[in-house]
Amino acid sequence: MNKEIPILEIKNLKASINDNEILKNLDLTINRGEIHAIMGTNGSGKSTLSKVLAGHPAYEVTDGKILYEGESIIDLEPEERSHLGIFLAFQYPIEIPGVSNEDFLYLSYNSKLKTLGKEEISPIEFFSIVSEKLKIVEMSATFLSRNVNEGFSGGEKKRNEILQMLLLDSKLSILDETDSGLDIDALKIISKGIGSFMNDDKAIILITHYQRLLDYVKPDFIHVMQDGKIIKTGTAELAKELEQKGYEWLKLEK
Amino acid sequence: MTNQSNKTLNTNIKKLVNQPYKYGFSTNVEKETFEKGLNEKVIRLISEKKNEPEFLLNFRLKAYKKWKEMKCPEWAQLKFSESNYQDIIYYSAPKSKKKLNSLDEVDPEILKTFEKLGISLTEQKRLTNVAVDAVFDSVSIGTTFKEELAEYGVIFSSISEAVHDYPDLIEKYLGTVVPIGDNYFTALNSAVFTDGSFCYIPKGVKCPLDLSTYFRINDQNSGQFERTLIIAEENSQVSYLEGCTAPQYDENQLHAAVVELIALENANIKYSTVQNWYSGDEQGKGGILNFVTKRGLCVGKNSKISWTQVETGSSITWKYPGCVLIGENSQGEFYSVALTNNYQQTDTGSKMIHVGKNTRSRIVSKGISAGNSKNTYRGLVTVNRKAVTARNYSQCDSLLIGNCSNANTFPFISVQNSTSKIEHEASTSKIGEEQIFYFLQRGIALEDAVSLIISGFCSEVFTELPLEFSAEADRLLSLKLEGSIG
Repeated sequence: MNKEIPILEIKNLKASINDNEILKNLDLTINRGEIHAIMGTNGSGKSTLSKVLAGHPAYEVTDGKILYEGESIIDLEPEERSHLGIFLAFQYPIEIPGVSNEDFLYLSYNSKLKTLGKEEISPIEFFSIVSEKLKIVEMSATFLSRNVNEGFSGGEKKRNEILQMLLLDSKLSILDETDSGLDIDALKIISKGIGSFMNDDKAIILITHYQRLLDYVKPDFIHVMQDGKIIKTGTAELAKELEQKGYEWLKLEK
Repeated sequence: MTNQSNKTLNTNIKKLVNQPYKYGFSTNVEKETFEKGLNEKVIRLISEKKNEPEFLLNFRLKAYKKWKEMKCPEWAQLKFSESNYQDIIYYSAPKSKKKLNSLDEVDPEILKTFEKLGISLTEQKRLTNVAVDAVFDSVSIGTTFKEELAEYGVIFSSISEAVHDYPDLIEKYLGTVVPIGDNYFTALNSAVFTDGSFCYIPKGVKCPLDLSTYFRINDQNSGQFERTLIIAEENSQVSYLEGCTAPQYDENQLHAAVVELIALENANIKYSTVQNWYSGDEQGKGGILNFVTKRGLCVGKNSKISWTQVETGSSITWKYPGCVLIGENSQGEFYSVALTNNYQQTDTGSKMIHVGKNTRSRIVSKGISAGNSKNTYRGLVTVNRKAVTARNYSQCDSLLIGNCSNANTFPFISVQNSTSKIEHEASTSKIGEEQIFYFLQRGIALEDAVSLIISGFCSEVFTELPLEFSAEADRLLSLKLEGSIG
């Protein structure tokens, strides 16, 4: 693995949904070991960026490049991107009635092993692996037998997303407003999970509205998105400034 | 959902659902058939061919008279052109030169056919825990484990044989659960039925094997009209399974069956069906028109009848297995998975008629519709005045795949006393783009995602199926859905 090549390099990216251009000339480079926070007003294109990276079929890339570890992923299916190590923690995790969390996680875990050419593991082996991860997000094992996200509280859903991230051990993780709707205890648990997960080989994109998550997970860079592109990049200080002055300040500054 | 992604979703779903029909081959056998058409002469001929006692001929003639006065029901959510009843062959049987002494003497082509369908009839290869009656077009080819079952006093044979061997039982029970004139198709069936299965479980016997009938329609122009009668005496118990397939033809074929179950005091009958008749092609051409009346009578106290069905085939399905709960504390159950794809139409559900005190019933119906299909649940729960403290629980869930399929629910409830409890729950969900995307993002392939969602959706019903069937049903559904998700 060439450490010099950025884990993610987005150049001049344009993407649209139903012929509506949402991302307009977006540039972003992320190296291994970095945490990037993306902030911005509602509708600035943050969630669109996360879905485009994950390969959501509703979005069409009309121009530009997305290089993951130096290779274009634009033509890859969502599951192929997942197998490469791209993970998206959903802003609104989907409920799947009738499918137990355990079956879902087990299938997900084995699908990855399979594409890596490794031997799939038995449910019993899996249980011991997932149990370790459950501890990190402070969830009980009973939670495995419940249906995926069905009847979960907002906090449980978000913790479930983090659990999946830990389990799949993704290289590039995009957390789309994982902190929204969390009480302070849940926020701490999730931050701790992210902290224990992060290392020099990985990278994380945090999409957030609030400074408070950034108190627990220290980003290396902060980007402000507006109208489909990044209009300002700074360090952790920038988030504090934004919190005080609001996004209007940036517009005025321009 | 957006248009563009809908397109991707739907084409992928389609690919997944549209798996070619595996059982569409036909068998070339020398056969004996009657002229096309239905009239009194044909009915007399069938009866004569089968050397039937007079009571049965009269039963048939009475039914024919009734049928002529009736009209094809139009209340179901089904669109089809009615069969031309004069264009159907009412008797088609493989020719056999002499009376067969054992199944090993059956035409090898036919044995091969059943083998191909996964049903081995020959001594060496047959299933060890299930007795099979194999029905090919109009007649039963043979029944396995007959002697072994006889040791327990269990009678398991084709209904034609039973007419000769046990005429008293047939005369006593035939048409008592489903009267001749119950509906248009029962009248037709009663007039022209050619074969089917007969089971009799004597007092106090728990049937040592599962009993099963495998129905195969082979001939292109003949209809299949089978009749099944199961009688469970006091304190007896039986589990019966039924499977169905047919070759692939461009023309519709008619299948009109009647099944009657009778459970006496403390008796327990479990009846399971996996129906996979040919369902027509992607444009909806061809396929079986499946009109079935199944009903069970819980006559005795504490008796129980349980229907489980997995309906995946036929271009038209019209079927409402029901229970008439007469005995005190008797119980009726209905568990159903109905899957429709392409232009299939299904109107199915259950009837639970509470007559006796403290009777209980449970309905769990799961409808899955893909393609341009139509999937309708229609149920009737009736609680009579005397059925005090009766209880019913009904649950009807529909799952839609794609944007062109259709799901309906028509639950009718009529309660005539104030001590009964009736519960009805219903839900409609959709395998949507976002659900699929969630699976894909977690690295799970589309096929696996869909089959997991579907098995999850159907799990309450599948657990009711006998073990051999449950795996088969699961596999069948994922095969059927191959190509439909996206």
